[in-house]
Amino acid sequence: MITVEGLTRTYGDFTAVDDVSFACRPGRVTGFLGPNGAGKTTTMRILVGLTPATRGRALIGGHTYHQLRNPARHVGVLLDAGAQHGGRTGREILTLGATAMGLPRSRVDEMLQLVSLTETEARRRLRHYSLGMKQRLGIAHALLGEPQVLVLDEPANGLDPAGIRWMRGLLKDYADRGGTVLLSSHLLHEVEQIADEMILIGHGRVVAQGDKKTLMDSHRGTRAETTHVICLDNDRLAEVLRERGVTVRPHGPGLAAECASVDVGRAAAEHQLVLTDLRAADEGGLEDLFLELTSATQREQPSAGGWAGPPAGPPPGFPPPPAPPTYGGPR
Amino acid sequence: MSHPAPPPPYQPPASTASPAATPGGPGIDLRGTASIPLARLVQVELRKALDTLASFWFVVGLAIIVVGTEVLLTIAIIVQEEPSTPGDYASVASFITGIGLPVLAIMLVTTEWSQRTAMVTFTIEPRRERVLLAKYAVCLVLTIATVLLALVLGFVCAGVCELALPDLTTWEVDWSVIAGFFITQVLAMTLGFALACLLLNTPAAIVGFFVYRLLPLLVFSAIGGFFEWFQDVQPYIDFEVAKGPLYDLSLDSAEELLQLLTSGLLWLGLPLGFGLWRILRAEVK
Ligand SMILES: Nc1ncnc2c1ncn2[C@@H]1O[C@H](COP(=O)(O)OP(=O)(O)OP(=O)(O)O)[C@@H](O)[C@H]1O
Ligand SMILES: [Mg+2]
Repeated sequence: MITVEGLTRTYGDFTAVDDVSFACRPGRVTGFLGPNGAGKTTTMRILVGLTPATRGRALIGGHTYHQLRNPARHVGVLLDAGAQHGGRTGREILTLGATAMGLPRSRVDEMLQLVSLTETEARRRLRHYSLGMKQRLGIAHALLGEPQVLVLDEPANGLDPAGIRWMRGLLKDYADRGGTVLLSSHLLHEVEQIADEMILIGHGRVVAQGDKKTLMDSHRGTRAETTHVICLDNDRLAEVLRERGVTVRPHGPGLAAECASVDVGRAAAEHQLVLTDLRAADEGGLEDLFLELTSATQREQPSAGGWAGPPAGPPPGFPPPPAPPTYGGPR
Repeated sequence: MSHPAPPPPYQPPASTASPAATPGGPGIDLRGTASIPLARLVQVELRKALDTLASFWFVVGLAIIVVGTEVLLTIAIIVQEEPSTPGDYASVASFITGIGLPVLAIMLVTTEWSQRTAMVTFTIEPRRERVLLAKYAVCLVLTIATVLLALVLGFVCAGVCELALPDLTTWEVDWSVIAGFFITQVLAMTLGFALACLLLNTPAAIVGFFVYRLLPLLVFSAIGGFFEWFQDVQPYIDFEVAKGPLYDLSLDSAEELLQLLTSGLLWLGLPLGFGLWRILRAEVK
């Protein structure tokens, strides 16, 4: 439904979007994933005709956006929920949209209800809206024209956990009914849960695409097996493993060892170390893959001084340093 | 917060039930959808021109000033027992709105940028020239409405005078004056619109609008003082002077028409052209 072919956009010497090609199919949610400044928003802006492409083309349902007559009836767009007049009420904003698209006023009430904005909230002016309320209004605006295609830039931005879950359900349901969804995010966990397919972009280039399984399979061969382990004495376990030539690095409250879990278990048993958690690192694999693929463009490079010590409390959020120095290194 | 189950967002139309085997998946069938009619765009833009707090209070303020002035004027005329016609009052109202309305025209364009609503406006109608046309049409609608309101106000004030000074009040309206005012208003609106498109910034365009009318006056008289030959050229590049015959509909020579065209092209055509070109090719953020 969405076809992007060789899309390129340069600003002077800088190439923001570099020969990007991908397709989004109906009935599927496609996640557009990449670190800050990777070119996601720029690609989407080109897709809806707000930014001219330097080269290449982007088609929606076989047409350029410009060719779609009354495009909002076919494509729901949310690029920036804050890009609305602060002096208008939420209801007024939707009413303007509905009028332009040629929809009955009742559609405004339907949409307000859909995104759980109450009547009093809808009468408030946008400048008094919270981030999440703006986002809800933006989603309502995108859905106004009953589009077959949705293009959403970081739709979960500012939504509370319940709101994120609600939106996940909404988009899944939308795709199940035959709609096409392209959504961007730099939050992998978010996309992982919603998207059927993923496009990984870094530095303006598509570095990988496909569904989760394909992505993992195609890169499994190049990646060492990793085990996540938590031990009562992490330092001692790291020492023991390193003596056996295993690369070990800190991971959350425990360690990540580049070997099979059975080897970690055996080493622990031999040295009478108590393990509280031991498992093959698979579910975190996508995150590693993502960081690996986009590492050339990642802003947070590991600092030369090394790692200060295991973080207290829960595992670090995304993104962790791609390759921290070996555990037990310079102190 | 409870989240109700979403109603069906999209029922695939019958035509897409059997997906065609095109490379990019099924296409979108455009036959069922019509373009947004221009009248609807005008309707939306008119609503946008008046539905924000800023524009609402601007219009209310302008109305208060106009009505206040007319009341004072009526009282003054009755007290001093002066003769008056409805046209007199209408001209005063038009004069005041002639300063205020172009500001509204400017805001109609610039707020799309300052409030970043252009992103939404141009995704709903990507043919930007149609949006601009609709906005210009709104300027014309507002101008017509103001001139009509000024006339109504003129007749009301004249009616009041008629009661007080039946002998001094005449009901004759000099329509050429009204027409001249209309033309002037339209030109002022167009200039505001053009500068707004060119600068895309409310304060800059408003300042520009007033500087634009004063600066040529100063510059031309200065140059004319130093170089005598300039006095022959000036009528062809001085829009303020060339506009003169329009006010009272006295434009009758080919020379005057030529002067109006050349100076108009310079002072109105160029900024409008550049402004439209800028918006049509701008990257909207
Ligand atoms: N008009 C412009 N002039 C110069 N550079 C630009 C312009 N627009 C975008 N860029 C650059 O293009 C790159 C891509 O920006 P873009 O907004 O598409 O990133 P993104 O993937 O959406 O990032 P984020 O996740 O932070 O939203 C950035 O480096 C940005 O600075
Ligand atoms: Mg972005």
